[in-house]
Amino acid sequence: MSDALSENAPPRRTALDAVHRALGATMTDFAGWDMPLRYASERDEHQAVRTRAGLFDLSHMGEIAVTGPQAGELLDYALVGNLGALKPGRARYTMICDASGGILDDLIVYRLADREHEGHREYMVVANASNAQVVLDALTERSAGFDAAVRDDRDAYALLAVQGPEAAGILSGLTDADLGGLKYYAGLPGTVAGAKALIARTGYTGEDGFELFVDPSDAERLWRALLAAGADAGLVPCGLSCRDTLRLEAGMPLYGHELTRNTTPFDAGLGRVVKFEKTANEGRFVGREALAAAAERTREQAPRTRVGLVAEGRRVPRAGFPVVDGEGRTIGEVTSGAPSPTLGKPIAMAYVDAAHAAPGTPGVSVDIRGKHEPYEVVALPFYRREN
Amino acid sequence: MSNPQNLRYSKEHEWLSVAEDGVSTIGITEHAANALGDVVYVDLPEVGATVTAGETCGELESTKSVSDLYSPVSGEVTEANQDVVDDPGLVNSAPFEGGWLFKVRVTEEPDDLLDAAGYTEFTGA
Repeated sequence: MSDALSENAPPRRTALDAVHRALGATMTDFAGWDMPLRYASERDEHQAVRTRAGLFDLSHMGEIAVTGPQAGELLDYALVGNLGALKPGRARYTMICDASGGILDDLIVYRLADREHEGHREYMVVANASNAQVVLDALTERSAGFDAAVRDDRDAYALLAVQGPEAAGILSGLTDADLGGLKYYAGLPGTVAGAKALIARTGYTGEDGFELFVDPSDAERLWRALLAAGADAGLVPCGLSCRDTLRLEAGMPLYGHELTRNTTPFDAGLGRVVKFEKTANEGRFVGREALAAAAERTREQAPRTRVGLVAEGRRVPRAGFPVVDGEGRTIGEVTSGAPSPTLGKPIAMAYVDAAHAAPGTPGVSVDIRGKHEPYEVVALPFYRREN
Repeated sequence: MSNPQNLRYSKEHEWLSVAEDGVSTIGITEHAANALGDVVYVDLPEVGATVTAGETCGELESTKSVSDLYSPVSGEVTEANQDVVDDPGLVNSAPFEGGWLFKVRVTEEPDDLLDAAGYTEFTGA
């Protein structure tokens, strides 16, 4: 119902909409938001993030606050991870599943140290824009019986990301926060260019970088301050197009592609996010029984495996294209594909039958509009940064 | 962006040069190149092939998608641009010049090709 309504509604605009238009961005409708796809060349933007730094507006991401004395217990029940054990100031990648183990969304959960006091905890759950309402509804429903509150904070934040090897250097000139002491998957409150921010060392690019959650009224000033501070280091505005190729090279899954409601974390090769050993709520959590069965099933008989494919030719595989063996039999399906700026060749993630999933398996092709183009099976990720 | 005055344009966003000795050069417009984003692969018709106005004769692949290439005229392909096959980025950087795609000895031309002003109006620029 809410989906049908939102499809008819005009796309939402972020606090940086006028900035994007002034920069001449090509805009795209993404999950109900009008977002920058690219400013000029998406390949140049991609290379800037790999070699220097890029600045992203990610304000479409869906923030949900979970607060109260039993906020940790609620998240342990509602999500597959062990969030009660998350230390203050740290973040974790996790998922929310339905009762049959299907993935509703993948999430990053931050435990906000500065908002805590005796007997009170506060977490920020960051959902994909396309799933934010589903996650909000599920968390609200699952909160029954817990001394905890779920709050829609989507309008409370703009989200800017600075990603790339120069990101720390650029940001350090604008903040007193101890970036050197901020670990990967940690967050701390601070002031950036005069704006109060949650500074998180997280990202979706395979590079070092930061995500800055700020009041929307501060977004434009912060954007301009970051661009000015990063000008000498080669920081450029970056759109969602290069974000997709960056995450694909880094082997990171995308909801709606590698992850769906019909996929369990075990089928996605991400069973490590499911923590059966958690102690809160006597170990109960939504999807536990189905996920235990999925773990058993995938242990006994390997499912289709998420692999990387690298082209020998130049035609690009796209989501939904069949993967075939030497005799033309379908052995899998492409979930994401793009020309890789770093490798200079088309790459793809695909689910492939276990018998054909080993790196170097001969005879694997992708059916690209009727023609079988040879592809090499490789281990993920395609790209890993050096330090 | 400005569309050169000396070219004519199809509603499929190809441009066509004035024929020299019966041969016209064909490419895609800057408007189309911008809409595609970075072009990474081009599949062009082979020399000697017959192309038909309004029918697909190749494809252009960009980061996000693949698009069919249409011929704006009918005729025989006399040349395909090897430079653009080797460096598809020419379609973005010089769509009306070094990024040309193929040449055709024209046998038939549809009567609905647009001039620069008409194409500019068509694209709402």
